[in-house]
Amino acid sequence: MIAGYSGADLAIALINVLLLGLLFVVGVAIARMRSLFAIVMLSGIYSLISATWFVALDAVDVAFTEAAVGAGISTALLLGAMLLTARTAKPEKGAMQIVPILVVLATGAMLVYATIDLPAFGDPDSPANTYVGTDYLERTPREIAVPNIVTAVLASYRGFDTLGETGVVFTAALAVILLLGFGERSLSATFNRKKDKK
Amino acid sequence: MAGPRSDHHVILRVVAKPLIPIIALFALYVHFHGDYSPGGGFQAGVIIVVAVVLYALVFGITPAMRAVPPVFARSLAALGFIIFAGVGVWALIMGGNFLDYDVLFNEEPGGHMGQHYGIIAVEVGVLFAVAGSMLSIFYAFAGRVTEIKDEDW
Repeated sequence: MIAGYSGADLAIALINVLLLGLLFVVGVAIARMRSLFAIVMLSGIYSLISATWFVALDAVDVAFTEAAVGAGISTALLLGAMLLTARTAKPEKGAMQIVPILVVLATGAMLVYATIDLPAFGDPDSPANTYVGTDYLERTPREIAVPNIVTAVLASYRGFDTLGETGVVFTAALAVILLLGFGERSLSATFNRKKDKK
Repeated sequence: MAGPRSDHHVILRVVAKPLIPIIALFALYVHFHGDYSPGGGFQAGVIIVVAVVLYALVFGITPAMRAVPPVFARSLAALGFIIFAGVGVWALIMGGNFLDYDVLFNEEPGGHMGQHYGIIAVEVGVLFAVAGSMLSIFYAFAGRVTEIKDEDW
């Protein structure tokens, strides 16, 4: 037995180590690859593994969104974007290779330093579990009467935020349409060009 | 993409065809069960778009655009945002604050009908807006390449 862990705790700890190790391997593989198709596929796998890890952390709503958006739709969108550009990324020149790794190491060191001050996972006295969090848990059955408190917070208590998020998604679609066109017109234009060549 | 040229995709087509309605059905489940379990309008909107994207990837972008026209997708996005903001305005008209669902039906204090139907209406708005927007983005990218060739994969 590993010191301090036993039974279910040990299993969860091992699952966490396995999933984070997989994330690390996929991250290194993405950084070292040049084929854009493989990178797109690996980023989908990265999202799927993170979603699994979120489930292990009991954040099912976040995991659901990560699986649907990160692994599902953004992989398809990145594939579509990839087809509009070159198939492989250009290799970086000598000295430029060292800069990203320095940035990553510095950021990583800062994040590790920051985790020392974080409360333990699931700590009932942590800021996330006191104040407004407990308030929502207490008030939702009385005020909203919706069993899923995440829905109550998202749609009712924080309805204004969700309206803003919906606006962001809508604006993103508008921006892509403004940049690339509606799709159907460019599609028929390419068909017509093909016919003209024939 | 369908045609004698791409006959080696026949397994892909046969497997994908029954999956598409199941994915759409699952999206509806995620949406309407959002009050009780994880999920809601946002996830449901993305999942329903995945069904259309799968159809477009397997059967080609032109049949997908015939099934779900791009003009419908972008109108849906705008309509969803209007529904969401409209619920807020409805609350304003009923004399409450913007997006304050308690006043929607002028009920006694302690009633939860306003909250319940307000959340459902808002989630429908999110579903429409997200599904329409995501599909418009996909069409904008995919509409620029006539066909995904085998060597591109």
